[in-house]
Amino acid sequence: MARRRLALFVAAGLAVALALAFFLGPEASSEPDGLNRVAIDQGFAGEEAGHRLEESPLANYEVKGVDDDRLSTGLAGVIGVTVTFALAGGLFLVLRRRRTG
Amino acid sequence: MHIPDGFIDAPTSLAVGAAAAGALVVCARRSGDMMEDKHAPMAGLVAAFIFAAQMINFPVAGGTSGHLLGGALAAILVGPYLGALCVSVVLVVQALMIADGGLSALGLNVVNMALVGAFAGYGIFLLARRVLPATRGGVMAASAMAAFLAVVLGALAFTAEYAIGGAGGASLTRVAGAMVGVHMLIGVGEALITALTVSAVLAVRPDLVHGARDLAAKPVPVPDRAAAVRG
Repeated sequence: MARRRLALFVAAGLAVALALAFFLGPEASSEPDGLNRVAIDQGFAGEEAGHRLEESPLANYEVKGVDDDRLSTGLAGVIGVTVTFALAGGLFLVLRRRRTG
Repeated sequence: MHIPDGFIDAPTSLAVGAAAAGALVVCARRSGDMMEDKHAPMAGLVAAFIFAAQMINFPVAGGTSGHLLGGALAAILVGPYLGALCVSVVLVVQALMIADGGLSALGLNVVNMALVGAFAGYGIFLLARRVLPATRGGVMAASAMAAFLAVVLGALAFTAEYAIGGAGGASLTRVAGAMVGVHMLIGVGEALITALTVSAVLAVRPDLVHGARDLAAKPVPVPDRAAAVRG
């Protein structure tokens, strides 16, 4: 019972995270964030080097090949949320096994 | 707050990266020991939620935006060791998949957002809980304070890194002032989102809020309470 309830809670929470990423991700402000604002104002923004994975298929929260901006960002968010969930959950399972096994 | 490559020089990034890796190994050991199997899906959920929330930049004053960093939130929900790991997983996914946050700056970002966020945030949360009532409102207030200060401390951590190996020769006092100033505004958003999220989980499953397990344990008899505190 407790197990099933936990599964339900996690499924509901994951649904919230996916919805946030898909619907609100594309609405995000595109203004520079706090650190980038400081870099611009204090004159070291020009030191930024291009990201070495700039050409990756999900770079900058856009799925390569999806032309619609909203959809592209929303999908990138959904993929990112899913991968993050699997990695963090899996990592912890491995940690537990190694400690108890 | 994601540092791109180029802001901080390679030796500093490398040294901080090595320290961050060491700290994460300790976190992995401690969370493997301390937590229960039920925390595996929670770890996934906390990381997934923070990934989603970090996408959503909200505007703060003057053509600037900010987003949840999530270190304090993660620590309150799953404890500081596992919480720091959760935020680190988010940062790794962003650096490798999204090109958000520089590859050589990954260790710096882990320190500023995952380690400072989770550990300073959780320390402040525990201190605040000592003086606040053991109620949902008290936990929300403690969460808000922890979240706000964790963001400001993260901004100071960047300033320290910039002092050691920063590029571009900006004035340190100005960088410090500007970083703290803008991150106090972002910290207000962090405080609101953190308090509301903790409150929502408390309403449904108080036993899943690591930093407020005492609230869930309250109505049950003494032996069960002891078991809940141990987890």
